[in-house]
Amino acid sequence: MGRIKLFIPLIIFVVLAAILYWGLGRDPNAMPSALISRPVPAFQLPALGQLASTEDDNQVVAEQAEILDESLFLGQVSLLNVWATWCVSCRVEHPYLMDISETGVRIIGLNYKDEVGAAQQWLAKYGDPYAHTISDTTGGMGLDLGVFGAPETYLVDHLGVIHYKHVGVVDDRVWRTTLQPKYQQLRDALTEKKNDS
Amino acid sequence: MTVDDYQGFAFHSIQWLVIKKSLVCLRASLLLLSLLCLPAWSVIEVDRLSSPELTERYQQLVAEYRCPKCQNQNLAESNSPISIDLRNEIRRLLEEGASDAQISDYLVARYGEFILYRPRVQASTYLLWLAPAVLLLLGLLVIVFIIRRQKRATSTAQAALSGAEQAALQTLLSDVENQQNKSKSSNKAEVE
Repeated sequence: MGRIKLFIPLIIFVVLAAILYWGLGRDPNAMPSALISRPVPAFQLPALGQLASTEDDNQVVAEQAEILDESLFLGQVSLLNVWATWCVSCRVEHPYLMDISETGVRIIGLNYKDEVGAAQQWLAKYGDPYAHTISDTTGGMGLDLGVFGAPETYLVDHLGVIHYKHVGVVDDRVWRTTLQPKYQQLRDALTEKKNDS
Repeated sequence: MTVDDYQGFAFHSIQWLVIKKSLVCLRASLLLLSLLCLPAWSVIEVDRLSSPELTERYQQLVAEYRCPKCQNQNLAESNSPISIDLRNEIRRLLEEGASDAQISDYLVARYGEFILYRPRVQASTYLLWLAPAVLLLLGLLVIVFIIRRQKRATSTAQAALSGAEQAALQTLLSDVENQQNKSKSSNKAEVE
């Protein structure tokens, strides 16, 4: 018994060291989305492309624009990319989004707290990788999604359910190591389902 | 010295003068700026709601939630756009008559339990909430155990020494003394 007692401090040390070592490898800023496995929240917002905007005061004429809602995500696996012209990293990310959209990946844009005119110019100038772009000038949909900055990219399945959230720039490494495998998995599951029925 | 050199020299000294002057200017303007800044410290933006009670609840709430963007600040301290949005949202919900629990649910549904500076008491946080109490209890138990053992040791030692043992101890002690004396005297003899 006395012998075992001698080892108690060592055991405590080892356990504590193991816990602390495990903690070292964790990213303290990692913030999993609260909406994983939940559907994209309901929204009704105009499509960016059809919004008319006067150049000086950014007055938006929304009557003519097509109104998009959450049914946008049904039937296909999509990426939901949150972007804005004021976001520097979005400019960095943009060429890569162009690349992956060309390979057939469906990307829905969420233009977050942005000026309509500036956003339209951006897409005209740098290219438009988005199948649809939702214009969220007030940031209301961003709030419902738990967006806290741009860029953010959500992986949404064919039922409109969110599967993954990536905060920050999507580049080649992020796409190949994290997003694409998950995206491919969802797509494969969908094609299997279609073949079955 | 060629003309070119001369011009170069003149240029340099003029440059120096300009740099010197601009440094003086910079210092003066920095001093002025810092003076101007002093009164700004005392100006803190106070968000007022329709009633003092709501304002008070608002102040408490914004201190309890963590800014999702700048994670070591609460919503009250942070000036990031998302914190401003969330503050506005809390203000709106308060004005609409939402309870604290409803506001908490609203924010957690969007940003996760991550933004709670005061974690909820539930299965996943029992360890967090109970660990301090458990560790304190454990420490107290260890202390009580040690003290009791020490007491027992001293009391048994005192009780055991009695009668014959006391006498035996006495003879042992006197033996030791005798031996020491002997060795001392022999040491003395050697030295002499």
